[in-house]
Amino acid sequence: MIRILKYVALDILKNKIVIAYTIMLALFSWSAFGLEDNESKGILTVLNIVLLTVPLVSILFSTIYIYNSNEFVELLVSNPVKRSMVWKALFTGLSISMVAAYWIGVGIPLLIYANFATAIMMLVAGSLLSVIFVSVAFLCSTLTRDKAKGIGISIMLWLYFALLFDGLVLFLFFQFADYPVEKVVVLLSALSPVDLSRILILLRLDVSAMMGYTGAVFQQYFGSSWGLLVSFGLLCLWVFVPFYISLIKFKRKDL
Amino acid sequence: MISIKNISKNFGKLKAIDNLNLELNKGECIALIGPNGCGKTTLIKSILGMVLPESGEILFDGKSIKNDNDYRNYIGYMPQIGRYPENMTIGQIINMIQGIRNTQEALDKTLYEQYAIEKMLDKKMRTLSGGTTQKVSAVLAFMFQSKVLILDEPTAGLDPISSEVLKEKIIDAKNKGKLILITSHLLSELEDLVTQVIFMQEGKLILHENVNDLKQKTGEQTIAKSIIQLLKQGKA
Repeated sequence: MIRILKYVALDILKNKIVIAYTIMLALFSWSAFGLEDNESKGILTVLNIVLLTVPLVSILFSTIYIYNSNEFVELLVSNPVKRSMVWKALFTGLSISMVAAYWIGVGIPLLIYANFATAIMMLVAGSLLSVIFVSVAFLCSTLTRDKAKGIGISIMLWLYFALLFDGLVLFLFFQFADYPVEKVVVLLSALSPVDLSRILILLRLDVSAMMGYTGAVFQQYFGSSWGLLVSFGLLCLWVFVPFYISLIKFKRKDL
Repeated sequence: MISIKNISKNFGKLKAIDNLNLELNKGECIALIGPNGCGKTTLIKSILGMVLPESGEILFDGKSIKNDNDYRNYIGYMPQIGRYPENMTIGQIINMIQGIRNTQEALDKTLYEQYAIEKMLDKKMRTLSGGTTQKVSAVLAFMFQSKVLILDEPTAGLDPISSEVLKEKIIDAKNKGKLILITSHLLSELEDLVTQVIFMQEGKLILHENVNDLKQKTGEQTIAKSIIQLLKQGKA
């Protein structure tokens, strides 16, 4: 596994997109902290950028990368290598490079400007978010053999998670305002990793006004420390489940 | 050495392999022939575990290949169309496969030298011509002294000299008692190589016979003519 991972990692590094992504994240976060005079305002700006760009780059880059590694996978599978090993190596390689880009780009300014505990929380949430969308990309690419279709699906999923979801929840809440729907809304928010990460950070920052609707309800229900634990657990599930489904599908795929 | 028991594989409605039974033994050099799309490559890919048959099983040295991957240590495979990661150089590919195989045995570098791969180690796979890619495939297939060689259209795209080099290498491997499975459409090329013929059509096994028996039965001098003779008889 380590040997395959080495080749995957080298190949991703040679692909300059990850480096460009790191620089872009660094530019955003340095300028956000530089422009805002207040630390938590700076964090909020960074948070909003992170919640949009990290999922987008993670899911798109990974989906395209997986489709392009078709030959690599084929070559390895005709040699004495376990299929699951190839898939796991690809996943680990992509996850590590996405997380590394995030740590270098966003992590350094965060650790310098922000309060330490908050910075760690942001780092954890952003890393989880990167890995989650890599994992979702693996699922997308096993759904169809057609590259264009696969990339289309991943863009749709990003749109849905990053933009549509909170709006949908809000819409549902207004429609059913006369009923006690808080519990349902909390359940629903578990369905979107982006919302979950937002809650994770904002519970920590204690600025519920910025939370979006789901976050407000979440806090009301769980209180801060419980909310943190539950949302953290749910995020981990989001990493595991899509990748596991894709692994099962990949093992049964004809190459 | 390799037993194939009742395997079937469908791609949608198309029956690529239909309830096929085969027994391939050590020391044989087998030609796998048949019209386009008759399931030759699917059969080969099933043996390699790249395509998973819907039913039936494949045994390698008496052990089912399902959920096993060590048996591929004993197989050298040359694909019909070699598909390699485009950004890697020839040297990197060869190194990587060596690293994965990790054999203790000495490497067989004859093809590597005869094809002068050394001079091209820094070339990226993307830039190679079809024939050069084919040479890389051949070098990789023969490098590890495998007991079994599976060659899918080995000489297609090779120039006459390289093709001759490869043929000599195949004969050499045959004399060393390896099991060799070749598919090809050029029956004349197989003439002095093979000891057995397998003929497939629409995923079914039509014929599996010793070359000498086949020639005797049909009274023809060459494999090509015998096959044609048989086909005519079948239709008549």
